Amino acid sequence: MTSARAVSLVARREFVTKVRTRSFLIGTAVIIAVLAGYVVLQSVLFDDQQRSVVGLSGQATQLADPLRQKAKSFGIEVETKDVTTVENAEQQVRDGSLDALVTGAPPALKMIVKGSGDEVLTTVLNDVLRQQVLVAQLAEAGITPQQVAQNLANVSVAVTALEPVDPQRDQRLAIGLIVAALLYYSLLVYGTMVAQGVVEEKSSRVVEILLATVRPWQLLLGKVIGLGAVGLLQLLVISTVGLGLSSAFDVVDVGALGGTALLTGVLWYLLGFFLYATVFAAAASLVSRQEELQSVLTPISMTIIVAFVAGINLMIGSPSGPAVTVLSLLPPFAPILMPGRMAMGVATTWQVVLAIVLALTAIAAITWLGGKVYANAVLRTGARVKLREALRA
Amino acid sequence: MPEGVLEIDRISKRYGEVVALQNMSFDVRAGELFGFVGSNGAGKTTTMRIALGVLAADSGEVRWNGRAVDLDTRRRVGYMPEERGLYPRMRVLDQLVYLAELHGMSTNEAHTSAENWIARLGLRDRRTDEVQRLSLGNQQRVQLAAALVHEPDVLVLDEPFSGLDPVAVDVMSHVLREKASSGVPVVFSSHQLDLVERLCDRVGIVSAGSMVAIGTVDELRSGGVPRLVVESPTTDWTATLDGVRVIEKNGTRCVLELASGVDDQTVLHAALAAGPVHEFSRQRPTLTELFRNVVTTEARST
Repeated sequence: MTSARAVSLVARREFVTKVRTRSFLIGTAVIIAVLAGYVVLQSVLFDDQQRSVVGLSGQATQLADPLRQKAKSFGIEVETKDVTTVENAEQQVRDGSLDALVTGAPPALKMIVKGSGDEVLTTVLNDVLRQQVLVAQLAEAGITPQQVAQNLANVSVAVTALEPVDPQRDQRLAIGLIVAALLYYSLLVYGTMVAQGVVEEKSSRVVEILLATVRPWQLLLGKVIGLGAVGLLQLLVISTVGLGLSSAFDVVDVGALGGTALLTGVLWYLLGFFLYATVFAAAASLVSRQEELQSVLTPISMTIIVAFVAGINLMIGSPSGPAVTVLSLLPPFAPILMPGRMAMGVATTWQVVLAIVLALTAIAAITWLGGKVYANAVLRTGARVKLREALRA
Repeated sequence: MPEGVLEIDRISKRYGEVVALQNMSFDVRAGELFGFVGSNGAGKTTTMRIALGVLAADSGEVRWNGRAVDLDTRRRVGYMPEERGLYPRMRVLDQLVYLAELHGMSTNEAHTSAENWIARLGLRDRRTDEVQRLSLGNQQRVQLAAALVHEPDVLVLDEPFSGLDPVAVDVMSHVLREKASSGVPVVFSSHQLDLVERLCDRVGIVSAGSMVAIGTVDELRSGGVPRLVVESPTTDWTATLDGVRVIEKNGTRCVLELASGVDDQTVLHAALAAGPVHEFSRQRPTLTELFRNVVTTEARST
């Protein structure tokens, strides 16, 4: 039997067994549900914030069309309502079902609001009013208002930005954070799963039968590949559903940005998983019971958690600052921080290449070292095996 | 070159200061059922684990048909470890198919063989249950099936009878006997000496990491110090004989131990001269007595 066959048999068992478990199905469903809930909530809040309802009474009703158009050019949405009795409408402003009430006839318009009123809305209304007055006076002076409007539309200030602000900055940040969070989750959950698998084989002693027919590295590699594939599957399902929902509800303009983020996410998931899974497996091979597992996994989990928490804060603060740049290059942190920074568009090519090269180097070293620890410790049941002994043997 | 022979050749193993095995040697031939007995910690499990390659020997060699055992030949061994091991949350059938495939069977062969052993060991109703849901007895049957499912060329079983009910003991004995008859060398360890005595073609007694006695049950029983059972009214006549010692006296029946070179016929004549003899026979020790004897002698000498 070839090594490839042995590894693929082990990997297939891990994959099939894990994907069939209820915890995987429920876990995935819960994450998707949370994601969907978040997206829907976002889109509802988004709608509410951006839409103002304005009541128009009397002659002000003729302002409905210009008001809506003007508002659109300011990036807000205005819904107009014709009202008949001013008293009723005032009451509606008071209870919040109307954001503003406009009465009177141009040029003497009055706006009634509950509190301070929306500044943008006031500006829009002022603009509409001025335009109305302008059109009326131009007509009186015998000039065609349309001609003037056209001339005005052609005039604008030429702006040169010294430090251009990415119009998609917020979306990039959001995607970067989501990618970092997903990788954080996947590495932690699937790394722990590898560790639990190793201890399960050790505590159930099935490992002795397995190692009479496959080599330790084949068993380890098969396990890492199999569970890594489960994690990848979940990551892809979650991302696809997430991207689909986001574009359906128009929360984030996904398009090319989301697609690229997904690709870099997958790349870094693979790098990160191979880096961490071997460490998780080697640590787990030192103990014989699930109860002892937590103590050997804590240092590894802490590294991932620190990478995530510290990294996220730094990324929001200054994504291209020296601290986060250096951290995102180092193998233990790169799998979480680099894809985030890449999604934000702040990682330069050389940084990405360097981080990948460092990660690959680390994977080679860790796999060799971890494989050695695993092979030496996995058959030693009973008391916890000391790391030094496992390395020396 | 011998065919179908598993040879354990002068294997030694120490754990730090503790000597686990010292020049352990024996061989198991095709079609032979070899019983491996010894007190706890004598080195039976260590020997088996080394034979299966899950443990490395400090020195010595394990050979199959004259060639050092490697991973490919180990794959042809059916192994039941002392600590039973199966995936607790895997279904019986899936588990057996997986193990058969890992031992080099194609997926189809693995399915056929797994179904076959499930049927033969009476597990058909349980084939889609998770192993952890089975009774202990049934888990043992699955464990045996796991050792047999890839139709091994050699069987190495560590304590296969421990924890079995009498029916399961019969099933296990039958299967082992059958495997041996089909030309597979079978070696198993056990503390149930009566069972070993009944079942095995040859027996090896291990003490303190070495093989101290090896042979067929008959050879072992006839070896050692000769004893006679004599039933006659008195035992006074024994005092006149050199090299004869009374070690047990029960009414008119006594057990005599003869020094080497003493002819039992001389003893018979002396007894007849003294009076009527109602019983005169050679007493052969049971395996249990033999074992106790060997182990205590060894313990005293070390």
